[in-house]
Amino acid sequence: MYKYSEFDTAFLAQRNAQFRAQVERRIDGSLTEDEFKPLRLMNGLYLQLHAYMLRVAIPYGTLNGAQMHALADIADRWDKGYGHFTTRQNIQYNWPALRDVPDMLDALASVGLHAIQTSGNTIRNVTSDHFAGAAADEIADPRPVAELIRQWSTDHPEFQFLGRKFKIAVIGSSQDRAVIRAHDIGLRIVERHGEQGFEVVIGGGLGRTPMIGKVINDFLPRADLLPYLEAVLNVYNLLGRRDNKYKARIKITVHEHGLDNIRALVDDQFARIRPGFSGVDQTLLADIEAAFARPPLRTLSPEAYDTAYRADPVFRAWADTNLAAHRDPGHAIVTISLKAHGETPGDATSAQMRVMADLARRFGHDELRISHEQNVILPHVHKSDLPTLHADLRAAGLGTANIGLISDIIACPGMDYCALATARSIPIAQDIATRFDDLKLEHDIGALKIKISGCINACGHHHVAHIGILGLDRAGVENYQITLGGDATADAAIGQRAGPGFSADDILPAIERLVLGYLDLRLSPDETFAQTFKRLGMAPFKSVLYDTPPREKAA
Amino acid sequence: MPSPLVSQVVTASDLLQGDVIYLTADDDWTRQLASAEVISDEAHAQLRLLDASQQNNIVGAYLADVAPGPHPTHFREEFRATGPSNYAHGKQEAAKDV
Repeated sequence: MYKYSEFDTAFLAQRNAQFRAQVERRIDGSLTEDEFKPLRLMNGLYLQLHAYMLRVAIPYGTLNGAQMHALADIADRWDKGYGHFTTRQNIQYNWPALRDVPDMLDALASVGLHAIQTSGNTIRNVTSDHFAGAAADEIADPRPVAELIRQWSTDHPEFQFLGRKFKIAVIGSSQDRAVIRAHDIGLRIVERHGEQGFEVVIGGGLGRTPMIGKVINDFLPRADLLPYLEAVLNVYNLLGRRDNKYKARIKITVHEHGLDNIRALVDDQFARIRPGFSGVDQTLLADIEAAFARPPLRTLSPEAYDTAYRADPVFRAWADTNLAAHRDPGHAIVTISLKAHGETPGDATSAQMRVMADLARRFGHDELRISHEQNVILPHVHKSDLPTLHADLRAAGLGTANIGLISDIIACPGMDYCALATARSIPIAQDIATRFDDLKLEHDIGALKIKISGCINACGHHHVAHIGILGLDRAGVENYQITLGGDATADAAIGQRAGPGFSADDILPAIERLVLGYLDLRLSPDETFAQTFKRLGMAPFKSVLYDTPPREKAA
Repeated sequence: MPSPLVSQVVTASDLLQGDVIYLTADDDWTRQLASAEVISDEAHAQLRLLDASQQNNIVGAYLADVAPGPHPTHFREEFRATGPSNYAHGKQEAAKDV
């Protein structure tokens, strides 16, 4: 994985020293809050409902063991012993004190992490496929490109005051595990005539005006990436609206001006600036790629795995849900669920972080990934190590077998923490997970994505959920709207609203009716919720939600 | 139209800790809503807010409605006065230590 150069280290030290001085000047009154706020936001520091919150970037979701240990140490020393992993492959600390933040940033810098551009109207943390470098369906590892974009965009003088935030995601496989069509720019590595390039998607986004991104360029040669990105940003920076923050994202610019006009403007600008790119970025990229060389994989007998799979039903259930195909058939990609039933989605205690870091060192080539679905991935584990790994995970409360199931819920922090939220998300997620665990129906229900946002900004991705839940404030009371039929994969789709919302007390029974209704409607246990919805449309689900009296719990 | 029973408190976040604070009648700040100055006169409330907003050790002062008690009238203020619902952190944690 990428190791900071001397330049990176010096840059970060200087930036942290600058912020330390800014914090001191805020505390002694030299800076007003209005002056300080944009400075703290550029360094990832928010003021939330109960405390400050520090958002730390985990670039393209990749961490090593030492970095995960440092995150745990920071949680213990300056926070409340846990961290919250987010849908943007960041980690958030919910309780830092202002005076401690510069020390936290220095501790992060010591392991090559930072909080720069995790907020503000800048290019944010570049996200990627959490299975990058390991997935069986991958053309190329997208992370070197993501790292190149991180270096290009960090402190880029032209893009520090964009009209609005700007999110870029990169994948290298046909399956989309990073929701690239819900990003300002989505990049997918593709091959044409033996050459690698990018399919470039722009203008996607969730929030109050959800839009699926559109293909602006179906094959961009590799070497043209940075000038092309710069051309898109140039066009957006000039053309994007600054009169209304809700119409300031590039999705609105594309919508208002039309894709063809935007493409013509981008092509013109690209032609103008392309000659200025000497190719030094491609030399840099080659160096970065060397840092992402695939780990040396072992060839061993998978017998220990086969034996455990046959003999141990608990291991088998976990293997069936939490393992994904690795490009090497002797290995597996392990997803560690941060969704234990009844716990807060995406939260890990410092002790759990250390267990995951140590397991990555022992069994996983010292690599960890954070997924946008708020779980942790060990991308390269030999199958023979899985029984031991699973036992250690279970001992740490990390053995939940629910990846892709109803309790593997994305939930934003909601009004338990977030100053923008209009309702709570976390307790709804906890209630749904606990209820379906009690019903013992989770594995029978099968693949089902529930995603919950506590406000219209949609950090919880509810628009692209099979069942989306949006928490709103309706006349001073929490109210939850249900959307159905969203899709976060390569066939991305925005869900449709089912009807009037439900109160905090009524939302769990409503979800239960909906899911039990699906069990009645599906053709066979193989037909997923998403497939049944696609086949039947909204009507029968709407009827189950609104026409039937609450049903007795399943026998 | 606000109910005649609804009064207001000046609330903000503490600059150093970032936690929820309320203005008291003797121009200090308290972490407990019960100790806040409850203001029933709208014009007086605006003046108290103006005074409070000048201070450097607080962030984002505003007026929040309270019912007699005082109790928050909106669920957001209820959460601010208590703490998050998933862990006993924030004010509910502080209350345990008393």
